[in-house]
Amino acid sequence: MKLTGAQIILESLIQQDATLIFGYPGGAILPTYDALWDYRDRIKHVLVRHEENAALAADSYYRATGKVGVCMATSGPGATNLVTGLANAMMDSSAIVAITGQVSSALVGSDAFQETDVTGVTLPVTKHNYLVTEVEDIASTMAEAFFVARSGRPGPVLVDICKDAQQKTCEYVPVTSVQLRGYMAIKPQARQDAPRMLAQAAQLISQAQRPVILAGQGIKHGNAHEEFRAFVDKSGIPVTTTLLGIGVLDENHPQNLRMMGMHGEAYVNQAIAGADLLIALGMRFDDRVTGNLKTYARNAKVIHFDIDPAEIDKNVPADVGVVGSVKDLLPPLTELIEKRSYPEWFKQINLWRKDTKERDVLGSKLPEGMLLAPHVIRAIWEATGGNITVCTDVGQHQMWETQYFQHTRRNQLITSGGLGTMGFALPAAIGAKFGRPTDEVWAIAGDGGFQMSIPELATVVQEGLNIKIAVVNNSFLGMVRQWQELMHEKRYSSTQMWSPDFVKLAQAYGICGMRATTQAEAHDIIARAREHDGPVLMEFRVESETNVFPMIQPGKSLDEMTRRQPAALGGGMDEVK
Amino acid sequence: MLIDHAAARLNPTKHTLVVLVENKPGVLNRVASLFRRRNFNIDSLAVGTTDDPAVSRMTIVVDTSKTSAALVERNLFKVINVIDVQDLTGVPSIARELALIKVRVGDTVKRGEIKQVADMFQSRVVDVARDAVIVEVTGEETKVDSILQVLRDYGILEVVRTGRIAMTRG
Repeated sequence: MKLTGAQIILESLIQQDATLIFGYPGGAILPTYDALWDYRDRIKHVLVRHEENAALAADSYYRATGKVGVCMATSGPGATNLVTGLANAMMDSSAIVAITGQVSSALVGSDAFQETDVTGVTLPVTKHNYLVTEVEDIASTMAEAFFVARSGRPGPVLVDICKDAQQKTCEYVPVTSVQLRGYMAIKPQARQDAPRMLAQAAQLISQAQRPVILAGQGIKHGNAHEEFRAFVDKSGIPVTTTLLGIGVLDENHPQNLRMMGMHGEAYVNQAIAGADLLIALGMRFDDRVTGNLKTYARNAKVIHFDIDPAEIDKNVPADVGVVGSVKDLLPPLTELIEKRSYPEWFKQINLWRKDTKERDVLGSKLPEGMLLAPHVIRAIWEATGGNITVCTDVGQHQMWETQYFQHTRRNQLITSGGLGTMGFALPAAIGAKFGRPTDEVWAIAGDGGFQMSIPELATVVQEGLNIKIAVVNNSFLGMVRQWQELMHEKRYSSTQMWSPDFVKLAQAYGICGMRATTQAEAHDIIARAREHDGPVLMEFRVESETNVFPMIQPGKSLDEMTRRQPAALGGGMDEVK
Repeated sequence: MLIDHAAARLNPTKHTLVVLVENKPGVLNRVASLFRRRNFNIDSLAVGTTDDPAVSRMTIVVDTSKTSAALVERNLFKVINVIDVQDLTGVPSIARELALIKVRVGDTVKRGEIKQVADMFQSRVVDVARDAVIVEVTGEETKVDSILQVLRDYGILEVVRTGRIAMTRG
């Protein structure tokens, strides 16, 4: 059957079970949009208001469903607008396929209208990319793109397709298998080495007195929650997660200490600093997790599992580094280890935990009704019973979310980790809502990040998406201000931020807008927002100059945290001087 | 930048990686971009075809005092178009470099001397002009370095070196 290149693109999407596109049309991709008209009952296209948000929504859709997200844009500015979203997916290993139109093959290299070297521009922020100039290459390239995106360590793949290739026709034969000459998700050598390495790992585990499991997002990518839970239960070892690892294990699980790192609770970092063995599973020792590498967990041996061999020994040298999927590697390791418990170790951790609890800002005496961002997060958690998908932006509210929202459901937090992309929350909520249509989806953003993605309110309305949007407004770029306060003598260079009237803004978009300035009002509008059948924009006016504690300042060690005073000593919002 | 090939030869921190890649447009760019992005230090990179027209071969010399060869190897494997990577360090192998050296000729006596030098290094004079000759030398980097040292006295006008290419023995 002869099809146009454009039709082959769409047939390939159907074949890959990727029938949702976040995109924005334009000249060089027009033939594909024209073909899309005939496919509109089989492929859903969501018109975003900026291409960056198409990529971010596709990224979030992948995280919400495990299915490859798809975004589409035209050449030149359309494609370059995708770049931040691609970089976000690259850093957080999200499988997305981006399809971009390119000028006709005869014009490539001529500086034609809306021509950009898109494969050149996106090379370092994609797992792989392709420039397709011939219609005959489209089917195989699309199949390869999906294969590469979802296999091994997932990542974004961009396919740049010349306009004339979209217009020309050729015989379409669905591509059912992909053979790449070099690329392999896991090398045979790694598979061969695994049993020996696992035996060494089991040996280290049997010798440890103060082990800690560092659980990362790789467990989600491998869909290895069950295998992980079995390992955790049998090993009896305390677990801490990375930011992106939140959701791999119920935070009510008695062994789950919750998030580690720069803004992880103090007792978690103290446990890591005091550990004699770290078992790192599908995580990459990001600098936000380790603090100063020279002093990081200095008495600990390290077992490191990762599907990406380049992560082993990159930041923290591993005593036992195992390359592979945690889903494959954990069951045999669970077999090899003894069932154990660590009463002494937990006793120590619980002492640290008690101290942490005493420094909780919500436990300290505050002026009547004073609304802090942690109150807002806690109120959302309480009102919803925690049974929602949360998409956060980047900054203080994001860290408070990890501290004051107890995550009990799998993969319920969708957030931008490695790249720290402001403006993520709203497009992420859009992507997540398409992925989990029956779920209650919340976007939680600061006043800064939200103002980067306001235009997507139109997408929310146009698509009739029931998303609850909480804007935590402290009239500052809060996290940057916090750094300025702690490290730059309160020189608030360009961090004070004016915002529009968010309630009126919501009204302008025809959605429900509400505002809270006290704790009571916060509880009230959250309840009303949940009753409202449709999107709601809530503005929470919170205290301006509050800090996320504890904090490992850049270059400091895990056990050199800047902390708040215990409530008994006055508590309050400031750090211990 | 002056590349100290003699040091490269003697210094165990210089690792030779042989990389087979798919012969497709942009692959060299992907590899070069990887080095730039990861801040890897390399001494030389030589690229050429193989007996399989679909496969190109790169020989890369990595300075492991600055960059872990294992990390370079693992990251190269992640490039989708890379078929195989082999670290030749500690593996019996042959390494060669080719250089063309254009030397000033002051008078006919000098021309004869240069010819003699070339002969001593088992090299060849491949071009003779009124005021210059081109010497072609092949060998390990130390040999190229040595002949350069000697020819410097006559006045070197131009040098091109291919960078190391290597192959395992047997």
